[in-house]
Amino acid sequence: MCLAGSGDAGVTAILPVLITAFLASSVEAIEMVTIVVGVGATRGWRSTLLGAAVGFVVLAVVVAVFGLALSAIPIAPLRLVIGALLLVFGLQWLRKGVVRVAARGFAGMQVDANQETEMWTEKGVDWTAFVLSFKGVLLEGLEVAFIVVSVGATAGQLGPAVASGAAALLVVGAIGAVLSRFVARIPRSFLQLVVGLLLTTFGSFWATEGLGVSWPGGDVAILGLLALYLLTAVINIAVERRGPHRVRLTGNLSGVAR
Amino acid sequence: MMRVASWLVGFGRFWYRFIIGDDWTVAASVAFGLTLTALLNRGQFPAWVVIPLVVIVVLRASIQRSKRTKGHAGVKRAG
Repeated sequence: MCLAGSGDAGVTAILPVLITAFLASSVEAIEMVTIVVGVGATRGWRSTLLGAAVGFVVLAVVVAVFGLALSAIPIAPLRLVIGALLLVFGLQWLRKGVVRVAARGFAGMQVDANQETEMWTEKGVDWTAFVLSFKGVLLEGLEVAFIVVSVGATAGQLGPAVASGAAALLVVGAIGAVLSRFVARIPRSFLQLVVGLLLTTFGSFWATEGLGVSWPGGDVAILGLLALYLLTAVINIAVERRGPHRVRLTGNLSGVAR
Repeated sequence: MMRVASWLVGFGRFWYRFIIGDDWTVAASVAFGLTLTALLNRGQFPAWVVIPLVVIVVLRASIQRSKRTKGHAGVKRAG
């Protein structure tokens, strides 16, 4: 179905490839940037960006080595392992976020100097931030590469598909960089709740998909999961804030914090 | 040799903290949920419901557990 030959026919063939590759890659890039920005704002940027950079280097090596054979790599086991790890870690942050927000509430959301945070303050690399960021970039980057290869190779338009995938990463990355300034102003306890929600959502989605289970609605199920977990967190915060809970929780928060 | 051993210990400790953290039941429940999901999927059941349910139950249980382990008997009673 090669339409190359006339100018209009060439554009007609390239346009759907450009749009499809851009939009599909954008969805994956949003997931990648969400994790990197969330982890960076919560744990600190140095190790997070280092993890992202190493993730991109590994991704580049994988793409260079496999090239068009990339689609032969089994992504399901990768989704299962990375999803399960994000789910376990995300649930722990979600619990801490719920307990902290229940204790402090949403009023007076300035960052308190005495507030317990997950921010890394030591000299060396924060491996937690590094691994979270690395895994997010590697898995989502591979998915972008798969999309680019499958859309491009199927249509015989690999060049435009690669350009579209790269453009999606750049655009979403730039939006993430701008948003990170605003995210940095959010109090850590609340941010930990939000990042915990996101990691739990992506972890649930990927781990289940990695087992070969199809989500109803495909990628839209991510929004459904996010809404469900948000509702669960809000209910838990409300339960924790009832009666004498809050006083005791506030008093003993340092014990739960780490 | 000592340096390698120290690095290995640190590496193992990192993954222990990452996966187990301060509540081992979270990792165990997720492992159970994923196993159940795989089994249900083989039987053609709608297996996608398992993990969301596990998350809802485990979150509540983990909050309760964190209070118990920190000696919050009063909070538990009041709940």
